[in-house]
Amino acid sequence: MSNGSGNGVLFEGVRRLGAVTIFLGQLLAQCLPSLARPRLLVAQIYNTGARSLIIIMLSGLFVGMVLGLQGYELLQRFGSEEALGSAAALGLLKELGPVVTALLFAGRAGTALTSEIGLMRATDQLTAMEIMAVDPLRYVAAPRFLGGVLAMPLLAAIFSVIGLYGAQLIGVTLMGVDRGVFWSQMQDAVSMRNVTEGLVKSLVFGIACSLIAVHEGYHAEPTAAGVGLATTRTVVASSVIILLLDYVLTAAFLQG
Amino acid sequence: MISSASPQPAADAASPEVVIDVRDAYYAVGGRPIFSGLNLTVRRGRITAVMGPSGTGKTTLLRLITAQITADRGQLMAFGRDLATLSTAEVYGVRRRLGMLFQNGALLTDLDVFENVAFPVREHTDLPEALVRRLVLTKLQAVGLRGAAYLMPGELSGGMARRVALARAIVMDPEVLIYDEPFVGLDPISMGVIQRLIKHMNTALGITSIVVSHDVQELATIADDSYLLAAGRIAASGTPAELRASDSAAVRQFMTGAAEGPVAFHYPAPDYATQLLAADA
Repeated sequence: MSNGSGNGVLFEGVRRLGAVTIFLGQLLAQCLPSLARPRLLVAQIYNTGARSLIIIMLSGLFVGMVLGLQGYELLQRFGSEEALGSAAALGLLKELGPVVTALLFAGRAGTALTSEIGLMRATDQLTAMEIMAVDPLRYVAAPRFLGGVLAMPLLAAIFSVIGLYGAQLIGVTLMGVDRGVFWSQMQDAVSMRNVTEGLVKSLVFGIACSLIAVHEGYHAEPTAAGVGLATTRTVVASSVIILLLDYVLTAAFLQG
Repeated sequence: MISSASPQPAADAASPEVVIDVRDAYYAVGGRPIFSGLNLTVRRGRITAVMGPSGTGKTTLLRLITAQITADRGQLMAFGRDLATLSTAEVYGVRRRLGMLFQNGALLTDLDVFENVAFPVREHTDLPEALVRRLVLTKLQAVGLRGAAYLMPGELSGGMARRVALARAIVMDPEVLIYDEPFVGLDPISMGVIQRLIKHMNTALGITSIVVSHDVQELATIADDSYLLAAGRIAASGTPAELRASDSAAVRQFMTGAAEGPVAFHYPAPDYATQLLAADA
């Protein structure tokens, strides 16, 4: 890559980061006023949260089952298969729950948000609101952003709980780990700090995913190709940001 | 009296007669001028038609008037206020005095017809539900769609969607109603209905109307004042009859729909034979 194009990519990256930051400021300013219409927020929590439940629960179950299988296989080598409960719980609460939920959220709810808002832009619905002196940031963007932010920790919690049952299904029912040991080991190993770590991560991922999805939709080129491109950008940018933020947050929690 | 090639003299924007006044506006996109020295006046209680071939910036003009974009130079007055100097809140204040009918209706797809029409009322007022209901049904009755109140936008034909959008545009009793290509893609019956509604809104409700279209025949029967937009400025203005009687070749070509004239049929291109032979080589 030549220096010129390298600078161009850097410039574009900084410009986009600046644009998203300004957009976040505008969104936050509209979040409080948008609460005056709680019906809109509830509808968005339903759209982004409740409608993602099936995929989150199924994925949580299978991730937990794989964790149970792999964990048992590894731990039995050291004769510590009774630690399966604590290993599964820590893995799910601190890492897999928030990260996998956020990746699934970006793929299901994030793309839906981007394409919905992008199509509203393409069919002049957002312009019509502006002409009717209704700020689309307040009516369209802020409730969707808030809905995503609130739904993410709830989904991550559900993912982790279902995942634990998946791990128990394999570890206890199939591999024969003692049920009492499985749950008591977990109780001993998991502290409130671990739960908080997962909660903070999922909240941060919720902010990042919802912001990217709403921003891309709101600024999508008003054509079919433009909306398609914006939807793709939502998935790619969200996935990269989730993994990047996960590393940063994990490092921060280990330091703290 | 028809004014050809030179625009109408600028009216006194402070006069209560003048609702919208565009003076010497210049607007460019990517260095390409869309408007250069544009002058246009809309007077209260009249139907003003803005005509012109496709791509002459008719929709861009509406975006200027509704303060979605700002002119690079010149002045744009709405209700006696310079739009370029207004804050966002003040622009919203001006917009509450306007209604706009979009080419595709721009109905909110997650709301039914009733809620679409009720939308501006719910957002801007705290009227009791019974009054909102009465207001919405009255407006839907005016456009003949009271029976479609609980249909979703996806269940409406193009003409019906535009009539619902018209009901939504008038529900807050605007002083000025702007129509963006209201006749495009409609069957003759729907076209006639929309045409009658525009006239009705003007005569019965006293709403000042701006109709942007290239449908000369439809506009000629309802417009009080007409502007012909070409090459980034007003090429001619006057009543529709005056425009039809114009001796300007450009005006005559547009009004009669002739293929030959100052507006060339062919987009600028290299010599036809040379290009064909080059493709063979």
